[in-house]
Amino acid sequence: MKRAAFDQKWFPVLLLLPQLSIICLFFYWPAWQALRSSFYLEDPFGFGSTFVGFENYLRLFRSGEYMQTAWFTLVFSLSVTFLSLAIALLLAVKADGVLRGAKTYRTLLMWVYAVAPPVAGFLALILFNQRWGPLTEFFRAFGWDFRIRLDYFDTAFAMIAVSVWKQIPVNFIFFLSGLQSIPKAVREAALIDNRSAVSRFWTVTFPLLAPTGFFLLIINITYSLFDTFGTIDTILRNNPGDQPITLTYQVYLDGFRGQDIGGSSAQSVVLMVVVLALTIVQFRMVERRIHYT
Amino acid sequence: MQRHFILPAAATFALLGSTAMAQVEITWWHGMGGQLGEVVNEIATGFNESQDEYTITPVFRGSYEETLTAAIAAFRAGEQPNVVQVFDAGAATVIGAQGATIPVQDLLEQNGAGFDIEAYIPGVRYFYADTDGKMIGMPFNSSSPVLYYNETALEEAGVEVPQTYEDFEQIAPALRDAGYIPLVQTHLPWEMVENFHSRHDLPFATNDNGYEGAEGTEILIDSPEMAMHFTKLKEWLDAGLFGFYGTSWDDNQARFNDGEAAMYIGSSGDFGGLTAMDLPFEFGSSFLPYWESITPEGYQTFIGGASLFAMSGHSEEENAATAAFFEYLTSPEVQYMWHRETGYVPITEAAYEMAREDGHYDRFPAAETAIRQLSLQSGENTAGYRMGFYVQIRDVMNRELSRFLNGETDIEAALATIETEGNELLGRFSQTLSN
Repeated sequence: MKRAAFDQKWFPVLLLLPQLSIICLFFYWPAWQALRSSFYLEDPFGFGSTFVGFENYLRLFRSGEYMQTAWFTLVFSLSVTFLSLAIALLLAVKADGVLRGAKTYRTLLMWVYAVAPPVAGFLALILFNQRWGPLTEFFRAFGWDFRIRLDYFDTAFAMIAVSVWKQIPVNFIFFLSGLQSIPKAVREAALIDNRSAVSRFWTVTFPLLAPTGFFLLIINITYSLFDTFGTIDTILRNNPGDQPITLTYQVYLDGFRGQDIGGSSAQSVVLMVVVLALTIVQFRMVERRIHYT
Repeated sequence: MQRHFILPAAATFALLGSTAMAQVEITWWHGMGGQLGEVVNEIATGFNESQDEYTITPVFRGSYEETLTAAIAAFRAGEQPNVVQVFDAGAATVIGAQGATIPVQDLLEQNGAGFDIEAYIPGVRYFYADTDGKMIGMPFNSSSPVLYYNETALEEAGVEVPQTYEDFEQIAPALRDAGYIPLVQTHLPWEMVENFHSRHDLPFATNDNGYEGAEGTEILIDSPEMAMHFTKLKEWLDAGLFGFYGTSWDDNQARFNDGEAAMYIGSSGDFGGLTAMDLPFEFGSSFLPYWESITPEGYQTFIGGASLFAMSGHSEEENAATAAFFEYLTSPEVQYMWHRETGYVPITEAAYEMAREDGHYDRFPAAETAIRQLSLQSGENTAGYRMGFYVQIRDVMNRELSRFLNGETDIEAALATIETEGNELLGRFSQTLSN
């Protein structure tokens, strides 16, 4: 096979330059600043600073609260990722089989995609309102005295429920198009070989959906770690108290709200390392098992 | 950013008449949204119309926290506004960064506007002052925690407004039996901790409550008085004499607005909002209760809310404009208007006098409660507090005290945790200031 190549060396560099400069300006430079700041305690106005070495990091690992936040972040991310993928997949498989009114059905399912995270948080506050929320009253009928922003578990429940609800449409769209791209011949062949729909799904459909699933897994983990910020912020309204928060929200609380630049930078570096590690694991461990057609 | 809006306006102005003197433009960043923002704009318009040398442009920058963060970022980029509104808990950050602001007292004196601390109401004088009592920030929207009561509920239960927590203990069962939640609060750190210390003249931090400087300042919250107070609150909560609905202000105040709670401890600044809401019952306000067992007579509280700081790095003319604006802002007429429209306290004695003569308090007795409370007897520990990273310290208080009220920890452990984590934060803050 003949390989296409550029004649000059500088031409590809020139083409890459806009993208590279954007990455440098908006990623490498801020990341470097965060790394540098994480070793200092700095007055926000920039008048004074003290070099404190690894103190900003060490205090995080000494703090039981930070560890609890880390645990909650893990539980939160896993729940949101798993539930939104699982429910979206179920809906997509069912929607794929619908013949009459399929368009209306699909449009209704995708609708929620247009809702911004803070709006989702606001809807949660209405649905789960302590005094007159429709869902609060529904739970009360079953003897569950639901108290958002007062009870740790109830607040966590509301946060996860809303974040999942908000993410299902994105996953649904991708899964549905993934399902529709499976060749009809393959499905028909499977139908002859195997009568059980469940078994057909796991042995034929699911492996063929794996590339879509892997892509969605990555964007869902990113979503649950970072994009849920707006939802959490709207639910807690800047006032965490003893309620659950994620590591990302903690970075915001300490840095932007509390003006603790050093402490907040150290936390963002920790997050950066976590995401880096996660990405490596995903590509090394998971992607190897996937076959692209 | 703001300059972009002003420059074309200034250019147009210059083109229109070469004989007209160019006006000095200054900007004011604030965090007052909604109806409060409209009153802020009214003040700015009033100032611009009162003279023709200066123009002030108010800009709404979001919440208090967002306003402060924006101002700090702008300062580091050399684009800071002339005037910025900073909330009580952020005061230590701004005052600690000497060189970021010009003390209002210096600014007014240098520009011949004159300054007399005695002209201010006692409770507002020293909250935004430095160690020597020099005023650094100009108190703007000042409020203090007071007790609001539902008159119908109290009548139904046949009880009087409590002056002390001992009184409250006596009357609370009658209110409960009449079907009410006797009491709710709205802000644990502000009402139940900070002003609790002032009301009983108890020290809240070492180094003169932190006013002597950040270095070595330690919070004093793990005290028998605090333990007693919160143990009582928990007892009342369990007995149905007190309601707690989390750390959000609104979730708690809503119980009073709905007529479910008979009394609530809130801000004197709620007065305007409560009046506008047209509640189905008559309400009144009274002083923040105190424990007679701790002090035979209650002391004054101090102000919460926010103040205005003059940021440094501007020309002499612009600073003169800022001084002229502060002078206008503290004039009795403007203060009275602000007080009347919003419910925040007037900060000068002259404005208070004017409101009284105008019969404002005959029409709205509840509007006067906070001013009278701020003018009660003063003590060693009634000026307020000055602690850095205080936003985070308040978060720790909210977290631990909520856990205690929710029955997840005991009061000794909660107070000890607040003290340990608070002191760690204070230590870190003092390190940010040293070079």
